Amino acid sequence: MRALTVNDTVTLRGTLYGIRDATQIAMFDGGRSTRFDLRGHAVIHTAPNVRQVEPSPAHPAGYAPVCVGTTTSMRMERFTRPLLAQCGVRLVIGKGGLGEASLAAFREFGGAYLAIIGGTAALETTWIEAIEAVDLDDLNPESLWRFRVRGFGPLRVAMDSRGGSLYDVVNADARARRAAALVALGVRTPP
Amino acid sequence: MRIAPDRIEAAAKELYLRALKELPPDIKRGFAVLAANETGATARAVLGTMIENIAVAERTDNLLCQDTGIPIYNVTIGRGVEVDGPALKAAIRSGCERATREYPLRSSIVHPLTRTNQHTSCGIGVPVIGLDFSDAFDGLRIEMIPKGSGSENNSWLKMAIPADGVDAIKTFVVDCVLAAGGRTCPPTIVGVGVGGTADLCVHLAKIAATRPLLSRCADADGAALEAELSGAVNLLGVGPQGLGGDATAFAVHVELAATHITMNPVAVNMQCHSARRASAVLTADGVLFGF
Repeated sequence: MRALTVNDTVTLRGTLYGIRDATQIAMFDGGRSTRFDLRGHAVIHTAPNVRQVEPSPAHPAGYAPVCVGTTTSMRMERFTRPLLAQCGVRLVIGKGGLGEASLAAFREFGGAYLAIIGGTAALETTWIEAIEAVDLDDLNPESLWRFRVRGFGPLRVAMDSRGGSLYDVVNADARARRAAALVALGVRTPP
Repeated sequence: MRIAPDRIEAAAKELYLRALKELPPDIKRGFAVLAANETGATARAVLGTMIENIAVAERTDNLLCQDTGIPIYNVTIGRGVEVDGPALKAAIRSGCERATREYPLRSSIVHPLTRTNQHTSCGIGVPVIGLDFSDAFDGLRIEMIPKGSGSENNSWLKMAIPADGVDAIKTFVVDCVLAAGGRTCPPTIVGVGVGGTADLCVHLAKIAATRPLLSRCADADGAALEAELSGAVNLLGVGPQGLGGDATAFAVHVELAATHITMNPVAVNMQCHSARRASAVLTADGVLFGF
């Protein structure tokens, strides 16, 4: 993971865990544990649309994916550190980016944030092979999901373990353009 | 004409699913315009993925976005319609619940304190049901908007003062777009409410954010302001998904109401690029679905 650099692209195959606000509130504020071993794995900020079905080889967890997408990451900013430090997660996939505390955690533990295009769940769903297992399912749809994925991407490395953040670059640039936008609007004394 | 509650219920169910699956033509055209004008390579790729997703959703008959949103039903009662008001509201709620259970959709709705999810997309005050009247058509029109939370979480109200003038409104809109960054799933429709009371101002912002692209504010000064703001926010370079680029917003829409001599309120509510809506007009003859 330490080799990943901002603007690299990554496509995933194999195991991917889905987590969300309530999942992490339960784990890190509520002290609940999971039977899943997340060490070295990637997580995605999601709460999917699923259909309950009879468990089968195609749907071992008894859930068929209907529409699996990605939610805004920033609400879960304070959980990045425990995800990496306590659970051993190394890749976080989401939309909209994370903040300084996450960037510090990526640097310390050798992790990265991969940007997926939010709102493109129909496409994302075609990259999901199966829902293999589910834990903390009383939190459904914010359960802890274990997906099997193939050709999951390309995703852009937007935050890396060297302190690089595409969001910091874009946000600084946008703030530098604020004055020009206000001038274009004829605002007299930009506060 | 009397419109039976079971027809309203069926339409409410169908509208939720239609809205989640197919973007209105004005939004598709908006994407084409943004993609044609985009100068950033990353931004062009991001817009390309969004446009591909629209096609994949239609081809696979799937939802555009996983976020089933907060369901909003705007009901407009046209000419010659007899409605049992409470039955109408109950029918809409039931249709919303049936869409969720029968499809099945992810219920994104929880009690605000206990966070309990009834898995119906319904709860206290949800679905949001708006009621209005019009003499422009015969029948009953229902507009359904599944309002995504990524954009809804970026909503603001500022009770500016008259001495701050229109400059305060313009500055506030620019600063809201900067504060939102990529979290609203840009390119967005930036809805701006100006005037009214505090609650009306926020409501106007929602109406503005969910208006079709290329529609104009009915007030000439409001229309001039939205044109000006549309150009300005796309100078900021936030870009699609906040990853940089020209396409920060499809447009800025403004809705106005008169306000008090001491007040100068401005509100911002945003609609994400998955700017979903669907509508149905029910008459004695049948139902006509559209956007």
